[in-house]
Amino acid sequence: MTTELLGILFIFAMTVALSIPLGRYMARLYAGESTFLDAVFGPIERLFFRASGIDASREMTWKDHLKALLTINLIWFLWAMFVLTNQSWLPWNPDGNPDMTPDLAFNTAISFLVNCNLQHYSGETGVSYFSQIFCLNFLQFVSAGTGMAAAVVIFKAIRDRQTTELGNFYDFFLKSCTRVLLPLSLIVAIVLVFNGTPMNLVGKAEYTSLQGDTVQVSQGPAAAMIAIKHIGTNGGGYFGANSAHPLENPNYLTMIVELLAQTVIPLGMIFAMGFYIRNRRFSRMVFGVMTVGFLLLLAPTVWSEIQGNPAIDRLGIAQTHGAMEGKEVRFGATASAYWSIITTVISTGSVNSMHDSTMPLSGAMELLSMMTNAFYGGCGAGILNFYIFIILAVFISGLMVGRTPEFMGKKVEAREMKIAMIVALVHPLMIMTGTAIASYLASADANMGWWFVNAEGQPNHATAWLNNPGFHGFSEMLYEFTSSSANNGSGFEGLGDNNPFWNISTGICLILTRFLPIIGPVAIAGLLASKKYIPESAGTLRTDTGTFGIMVFAVIVILAALSFFPALALGPLAEYFSL
Amino acid sequence: MSTSSTRLFEPALVRTAIRQSFLKLNPRVQFRNPVMFTVELGTIVMLAVTLYVAFTGDQSQGSLAYNLLVFLILLLTVLFANFAEAIAEARGKAQADSLRKTREETPAKLVQTVGEMYLNEVKTVPSSQLRKGDVFLCETGDIIPSDGEIIEGIATIDESAITGESAPVIREAGGDRSSVTGGTKVLSDQIKVLVTTQPGESFLDKMIALVEGASRQKTPNEIALTILLAGFTLVFVIVCVTLKPFADYAQTPIPIAAFISLFVCLIPTTIGGLLSAIGIAGMDRALRANVITKSGRAVETAGDVDTLLLDKTGTITLGNRRATHFWPAPGVREEAFSEIALLSSLADETPEGKSIVELARQQGAKATLPEGVQLIKFTAETRSSGINLPSGESIRKGAQDAIRNMLKRNGQSFPSEVSDRVRTIAGNGGTPLVVARNEDVQGVIELQDIIKPGMQERFERLRKMGVKTVMVTGDNPLTAEYIARKAGVDDFIAEAKPEDKMQYIRTEQAQGKLVAMMGDGTNDAPALAQADVGVAMNSGTQAAKEAGNMVDLDNDPTKLIEIVEIGKQLLMTRGTLTTFSIANDVAKYFAIVPALFILSIPGLQKLNIMGLHSPESAILSAVIFNAIVIPLLIPLALKGVTYKPIGASALLRRNLFIYGLGGVVVPFIGIKIIDLVVSLFF
Repeated sequence: MTTELLGILFIFAMTVALSIPLGRYMARLYAGESTFLDAVFGPIERLFFRASGIDASREMTWKDHLKALLTINLIWFLWAMFVLTNQSWLPWNPDGNPDMTPDLAFNTAISFLVNCNLQHYSGETGVSYFSQIFCLNFLQFVSAGTGMAAAVVIFKAIRDRQTTELGNFYDFFLKSCTRVLLPLSLIVAIVLVFNGTPMNLVGKAEYTSLQGDTVQVSQGPAAAMIAIKHIGTNGGGYFGANSAHPLENPNYLTMIVELLAQTVIPLGMIFAMGFYIRNRRFSRMVFGVMTVGFLLLLAPTVWSEIQGNPAIDRLGIAQTHGAMEGKEVRFGATASAYWSIITTVISTGSVNSMHDSTMPLSGAMELLSMMTNAFYGGCGAGILNFYIFIILAVFISGLMVGRTPEFMGKKVEAREMKIAMIVALVHPLMIMTGTAIASYLASADANMGWWFVNAEGQPNHATAWLNNPGFHGFSEMLYEFTSSSANNGSGFEGLGDNNPFWNISTGICLILTRFLPIIGPVAIAGLLASKKYIPESAGTLRTDTGTFGIMVFAVIVILAALSFFPALALGPLAEYFSL
Repeated sequence: MSTSSTRLFEPALVRTAIRQSFLKLNPRVQFRNPVMFTVELGTIVMLAVTLYVAFTGDQSQGSLAYNLLVFLILLLTVLFANFAEAIAEARGKAQADSLRKTREETPAKLVQTVGEMYLNEVKTVPSSQLRKGDVFLCETGDIIPSDGEIIEGIATIDESAITGESAPVIREAGGDRSSVTGGTKVLSDQIKVLVTTQPGESFLDKMIALVEGASRQKTPNEIALTILLAGFTLVFVIVCVTLKPFADYAQTPIPIAAFISLFVCLIPTTIGGLLSAIGIAGMDRALRANVITKSGRAVETAGDVDTLLLDKTGTITLGNRRATHFWPAPGVREEAFSEIALLSSLADETPEGKSIVELARQQGAKATLPEGVQLIKFTAETRSSGINLPSGESIRKGAQDAIRNMLKRNGQSFPSEVSDRVRTIAGNGGTPLVVARNEDVQGVIELQDIIKPGMQERFERLRKMGVKTVMVTGDNPLTAEYIARKAGVDDFIAEAKPEDKMQYIRTEQAQGKLVAMMGDGTNDAPALAQADVGVAMNSGTQAAKEAGNMVDLDNDPTKLIEIVEIGKQLLMTRGTLTTFSIANDVAKYFAIVPALFILSIPGLQKLNIMGLHSPESAILSAVIFNAIVIPLLIPLALKGVTYKPIGASALLRRNLFIYGLGGVVVPFIGIKIIDLVVSLFF
């Protein structure tokens, strides 16, 4: 057990150690300074811009940024819909997988577009190699790049004091893809390939097992996708079982690499912000708050997984390896617990164990990680979400020191508060109303009609999507909407979610919870940037101090965490206390 | 008068406030405050539930007594919030009324007109009939019936009714001292005064209207805070509404009373209920400091001020320069010089002259003005003054170069020791006056500014608040710098002309700073208007008073410092009570959530960390705590949280500890204690 604990400690320390230089590199990159990759990628980028006719040096306002971001996202969405609904006749489909139904294609396209990767399909049977490469893999790059570019707009708005010119979206976006995501993905993919992950265009392989059964093994361009699914905090696995699949995550070493891969950019972005705005103390404050939150979520999870299931204890069965249901022996309980919290605080959502099978308290922590949605977070998206909490904390603490609240020398006023509140509201609103509708339907056992049909095409009743009754069933529905709203993509997989009801409802949830938290922070940052800069005085509240960090943490706990308390009490907590 | 502070809960005011609390239940009034409006809606629902239980006897929603109790507590919550606002209004109004009383109906001698012509006859009318543009006459002993501007004459006026200052002041037509205030008394002479405001539109009337709420507008920070609170309220609407299907799924029936109690406890009722009271109390505190604010916004802005422009004279230094030292020329005895200095100034009516006489007398000089003395007035040409004695002796006093020129004309030289002394004095920020007798330099009188006691500490306090102080003076830069250093101000404007003030304000504002200044003259008006907080002295001209956004009835130039603190207190009180209110939620969750589910999910008893007696007692305790915390905090809301200039981070730490941590801990204790009592019945 000690070895396992040391293992996760080592992984975390290594992540931090890697993310600081990465942050420094990204800060230089986004500031337009020269980096060692210029020679390689500079010409490629210039070619892109020349071919597309984009002037990447044109300064954009925050509105221009959002216009560019939303337009290009719409185009990607249409492309993804086309590919997924036509994959049967498109090339590279050796296994002959069928087209997606429109509702599944909608859900899949949206969830890859918004960096969530909810995956109501299974990779082996649901998509062709063409779809994997040109639709899903592509979206995994660009959705991460979108989030990073939006975060850089905020960096620039903070740094440049009084300005309306906030850089160029395409410049930030393309640099994120070519200079950060692509090189890092290459490294990860190479490690994976050397450890046995397939990377080919060949159809299913057949082998005869020791029992004499014939087994079909899916393969294909897996290593590339697994690399970017972590580097870009996407989480959409190549295979249905995600990183629990032996080809997707062959051994403890690849697990370390995949864990590092999904954590390094979110952490790197925090440090990049400090280097970029030339206030490293501020970065340390953000990192401190996030790390405290992360550790508070991690500790009970690791503890309860190591403890194992009390119900099994009562049977007199020893659980020397902790709670092993739904876990891979090659990873063990501790590393799986660590992964389950990393993947939920960061909006990756890839899994190396079955979250549905984790202990109730761990389930509560996984849910809480996504509900707070403020600790580390996804590529760029983490900073964007945290920015809202900073604005709220600035407002309350600014008043507490007797001044109109200021953030980095800019007054936070009614307009910014309005936007911040809308963004802060959308997350609980989507989780709670979504779960409320699903629970209502389940408790009434409504006939779902077209929204939920069984294999025979007959309408199902709502309870049929639950594989577990009682509290756990509630947790499954709550988890699905929480995962969607946090753009996470992991699941309590017991839920029957590939049907129009879940595909469409979570799809709508995904759109709102992705784009409002991008639009809001960028708008606030843009509005603040255009305001007059107020020089700091002894009466100004500093936001790079521990005291302010405590304030931010308190706002997150009370606004984000506590509002889910009743829901958690009815789901995982009820389960935990009833065990 | 206004310095007599009223008790916080004056019985008469409390009675008015209680009546008002009920009147304010009107939904149209309540709607202005989204948080309390939702509580009122909840109360109405509970009334319906109570009536339903009473008439049908259906026990599925809990007993009649329980529902009735919840209804009453919710009603009380709304009433408490209304009371907080009403008592703040009543206090502000009482304060304003006591000011207004001074200007009750007084007879006014209205000057009759024919067309544009003023006649020499007056008609006595009640002051309430005076209209803007009317001219009235005031003679010795008259009470001035209305605010206005003197257009003819000069008078000494007793303004003690307004300012509490007993020394009479001189007001005259033209210039910066032409404004008179209604309710003050003419002590001598007669003046003609032009009425400058319509009845009911004076600053005081405007202030009363602000306090009474009719024209009270939310300040920018108040709006932003209301948005935050509305946002929090919405979060909890979502929490409570979605709880119904959640509970249905878990097959846990939740009575309506529990839903509404959970909702009311979670939304920030404490700050929601006290918010407007805090704002009114801010204006009220300004009024208690004898400052009339034209809007609540001005008070709030004062808390944000970065730069304070202060006139040297009267604010930083005591009135005028005073003689502090006699420096005899070589060969002149000290006693002889002080006699000569005394002689030179006996006829000098200027404050400086008087201070020389005072100092000389202290040193034992006894000279008196002999008969037949000839007084030589100060002229711009000679730049010296003095006397010619009957004996033919002449004594002159003036600036060094004036005396030097005089000596040069007569072929005399100027002693170099005296020149050195003059330079030393000037270097120390003093003003040297050279005294000569019969073209013979006798010595130098040193005049110095006396810095008001306690000013250094006040500037230090301002510095800790992050406010930069700027001294404005007509002195030369050398003198100005000396005094600035001695008083501890951060910057100074020397040889200041009104345009310089304006320029300084603009430069500061261009850097994003908020500037406050005080002024009285018409030529201050543009700067007062430009400043973010412009405080006009009540003795100032009408133009100045119109331009500023506050009027100081005391004409006290140090008032700016108080105003800044009042503004900071206002913002801080809002912030700390918001924190307290939101922090309270932690305990309330732990009181109510287990209570909702314990019956159907016994395991959740472990969440009942306070060990509350029963679901009913837990819910009642939480709503009772939620209700009584409002009246308990009214005194704090009215008085404001104490501002301590200890730096922003330290202040945040302190307030976070008291109101944040306190806000988490207090309700755990409070709810447990209330539960012990309630559990005797439920």
